[in-house]
Amino acid sequence: MWWTRRRSTDPLTRDLEAAIGADSVEGGASARLLYSRDGSIIRGGKAGVVCLPGSTEQVAACVRIARAHGRAFVPRGAGTGLTGGAVPCDDPVVIATTRMDRILEVDVDRRIAWVEPGVVNLDLTSHLAGTGLHFAPDPSSQQACSIGGNVANNSGGPHCLLYGVTSVHVTAVEVVLPDGEVVVLGEEEGDAVGYDLRGAFVGGEGTLGIATRIAVRLTPDPPEVRTLLLDFTTIEEAAETVSAVIAAGIVPAALELMDQQVVQAVEPFADAGYPLDAAAVLIVELDGLPAGAAREAESVAAVARECGARTVRIAEDEEERARIWKGRKGAFGAIANIKPSYYLHDTVIPRTRLAEVVTGVNAIAERHGLIVMNVFHAGDGNLHPLLVFDHREPGVMDHVFAAGEEIVRLSLEVGGVLSGEHGIGLEKRRFMPLLFSPEDLAAQRALRDAFDPDGVANPHKVLPSGASCGDVQDLPEIPEGVWV
Amino acid sequence: MRGIEDFRDEVGPTGPVCVRGGGTRWELGGTPAHGSREVRAPAGVVAFDPAEMTVVVGAGTPLGELVEVLAGHGQEVALEGPAGATVGGVLAVGRSSLRRLRVGAVRDALLQADCVGADGSLFKAGGPTVKNVTGYDLCRLLVGSLGTLGLIGQVILRTWPSPERTLWMQGSGTPEAVRNLCYRPSSVLWDGRRVSVCLEGYGEDVEAEAAALGSHLGLEVVATAPTLPPHRSRWTGRLAEGSLLEVGTGVVHGPVEEPAPEPGPGVAALAARIRSGFDPGGRLNPGRDPYRIAA
Repeated sequence: MWWTRRRSTDPLTRDLEAAIGADSVEGGASARLLYSRDGSIIRGGKAGVVCLPGSTEQVAACVRIARAHGRAFVPRGAGTGLTGGAVPCDDPVVIATTRMDRILEVDVDRRIAWVEPGVVNLDLTSHLAGTGLHFAPDPSSQQACSIGGNVANNSGGPHCLLYGVTSVHVTAVEVVLPDGEVVVLGEEEGDAVGYDLRGAFVGGEGTLGIATRIAVRLTPDPPEVRTLLLDFTTIEEAAETVSAVIAAGIVPAALELMDQQVVQAVEPFADAGYPLDAAAVLIVELDGLPAGAAREAESVAAVARECGARTVRIAEDEEERARIWKGRKGAFGAIANIKPSYYLHDTVIPRTRLAEVVTGVNAIAERHGLIVMNVFHAGDGNLHPLLVFDHREPGVMDHVFAAGEEIVRLSLEVGGVLSGEHGIGLEKRRFMPLLFSPEDLAAQRALRDAFDPDGVANPHKVLPSGASCGDVQDLPEIPEGVWV
Repeated sequence: MRGIEDFRDEVGPTGPVCVRGGGTRWELGGTPAHGSREVRAPAGVVAFDPAEMTVVVGAGTPLGELVEVLAGHGQEVALEGPAGATVGGVLAVGRSSLRRLRVGAVRDALLQADCVGADGSLFKAGGPTVKNVTGYDLCRLLVGSLGTLGLIGQVILRTWPSPERTLWMQGSGTPEAVRNLCYRPSSVLWDGRRVSVCLEGYGEDVEAEAAALGSHLGLEVVATAPTLPPHRSRWTGRLAEGSLLEVGTGVVHGPVEEPAPEPGPGVAALAARIRSGFDPGGRLNPGRDPYRIAA
C-alpha cells in the first residue's frame, strides 16, 4: 500500500490493533458516532473504540484487552435493536460481530446449521432454498438483523406463534464469557447435561457474554400453507376473532392484526388488496399437512364470520400470499406518509383481553392528542402500538413519553409483561420494578453476576440500577427507520 | 387449599431442605443429603383458561390430575413423567416428553415459576403470557435444575390443543426413510434396524402418512409406544445392543446405566457460580446435582 495507517497513540487501541489487526479497529470520531446508537430512539451513547473481530479468538482477545484496560465492552450485531441494548454507555469497547458472517455448516439430514453471529437472519433461509428447510424466527427486520442479535434478544416474529421464539431454535451456542473464556452451552440435539445455560444465555441482551458460533435448528417447510385475509368494521371484532380462534383450539402459524390507519398507509405501495374502509384486518396463516390446513382454514373463516368479519379472502396462489405479507412486513416504511416521527412499543397481554386493551391504547393516544397505529402479533397477544407524531411540534415529546408509559401500565394491569420480543435494553429498565419485586430482581441479578461477576459486559442494560448511562437521556430524538 | 405462602413458611430461611414431589425419581442426580428437611409444594390446579391456553398449577399437583383437567378441554401440556410424578418433579428433572418433536421441550412449556429462594423469600421467574422477553430467562434455567436454585411452588404452563389422532407404527426402516415420508412425526425411535414412529394430527393427515409408511416401508400400526429400556444416556453416534435412539433429541434409552458426561472446566465453573449465587449456603436440595444425570 502506498499509504500507511497512522498508528493510534491510545494504549487500548494499540493493544486491540496488535491483537486483531489495525483494519479491524476503528477509533475515529465518525465510527464512534456511528456505533453510538442502534435502531432505538435512544441517543447520547458514547462508544470508546469499535472492534470488528473476525473469529472467536479475536472476540476473546478484544474482551481480555478491554478488561486489562479496565473498560467494559458492548456486543453488537446489526444494530437493529429497538430498546437501546447496543447503545454504549461510558466509552466501552464496542465489539461488533458483523464481519463474522459465515454459514459454517448445514446438516440437512439432522436439520441443524452452525452459523457465525453476523449472519443476517434472512440470508440463512435464502441459503437453505432447495433443501426444504428454513430458519423459523422471522422478525420483521429479518432482511437486516443478525442471528447473533436474535440470540441476544430472543427475537420473535409473526411465525413464532406456532413455531416458538429464537430460544426454541437455538440448540447450542459458543460464547466468549465476560472473563474471556470460551465455552459451548447446549448441545446440537436435545439438552446438555446439567443446567440449561444455553436457555439462560439466549435473551441475555449481551450482558452475559458474546455468542461467536450458533447452532440453530432448521424447520421443514410446511407442505401446505393457507393464508387468509379477514376484514372487520370494528377493531374489537377483529380482536374478538383472535381470542375466538385460539379458544377454538387452533394455533395458526401466524395471526397478525393491522388497524385502519396502517391499512391505509400500506395499501398504496403493497397493492395487497386490503379494504381501505375496514377498521381492522387480520392475516391468518395456517400450515401443515393438507387436510389439517384446509380444516383449520374453514374453522377460522367460520369463527371470523361469527365474530362479524365482513369478508374472508383466501390467497389463491403464492403470489397473492406474498402480496398480503408484503403489506404487513413493510408496514413501517409507510408510516412516514402520515407523520415524520414515531415511537414503537412492545408489550404482551393475555390474548383473551386484546379487544379491551386495544380500545384502551387508542383512548390513551387520543387523550394525548397523538395518532396511534396498531400492527401487531395478535395471536400471542404481542402488542406493537406505534405513536405517530411530528417531533417539531412543541411539547409533543412529553405526550409521547407519557402515553408510552400509560400503555405499559395498562398492559401490566391486565396481567401482561413489558416486552414480547424487543427486550428491555436501556429503554424499559426503569419499568422492571413494576413487574418484578426486589426478590425477583435479585434472582435475575444472581444469574447475571454468575456470568459476569465484575459487571463488564454491556453494563447498565436490562436490570434497573441507580447508575445513569453516560449522557444517555430518557427523552431522546426520533429514529429514521425501525421494524416491528 | 395450601398456598404458595404456606410453602414459603414451611421452607423457612434456614437449614437444609429437600423438596419431594411424587418421589418417582428420588435418587436421580444423587439422594438428598442426610438431615435435609423434606418439604412439599402446594397441590392443585389453581386456574385454567382454555381460551388463553395457559394453566396455573401448584407444583405438587400430580401430573395425571393436570392432564385430566386439560384433556377435558381438548388440551395438553408438554410434561411427561412416570406414574405418580408431580408437575414440579417433572420440571425439576427436566426430561422432555417422548413426543418432544411435536409438543416441544419441557423447558419451553414453563412460562412462570413462583419459587422459594434460599433466603426463604418468594421470587418469581418469567411471566404469565405466552411470549415474554422481560428480563433474564430464569424459567429455562430452573427446568432441570433439581431444585438447586429455588424450590418451585407454583407455575404457569403453556398448553396446546391435543391431536385429534395418535398412531404408532413399527417395522424395519431407517429414520431417514421415515423423514422423507413424513412432515413432522411426533416421535421417531430407532434401534439400528427397526423404527417406531408416532404420527399425530388431524385424522386424514395421519392416515395419509400412515398409508405412505405402510406402502413404502412396510411399517405396521401398533397399539402403543414401544417399551423403553430403563436407562437414559446421550447419543454419541453409536447404538449399543438393546438400545433405542430418540431421533432428533440426542437421547438414547438403553439397558445399561451410563455415567453422565463431564462438563468442560469453563461450563463447570459457570454452573458452580450459578448454584452458589442462588444458594450461597448450599441449603436447597443438598446432595443432588443435575450434572450427575446422564440424559
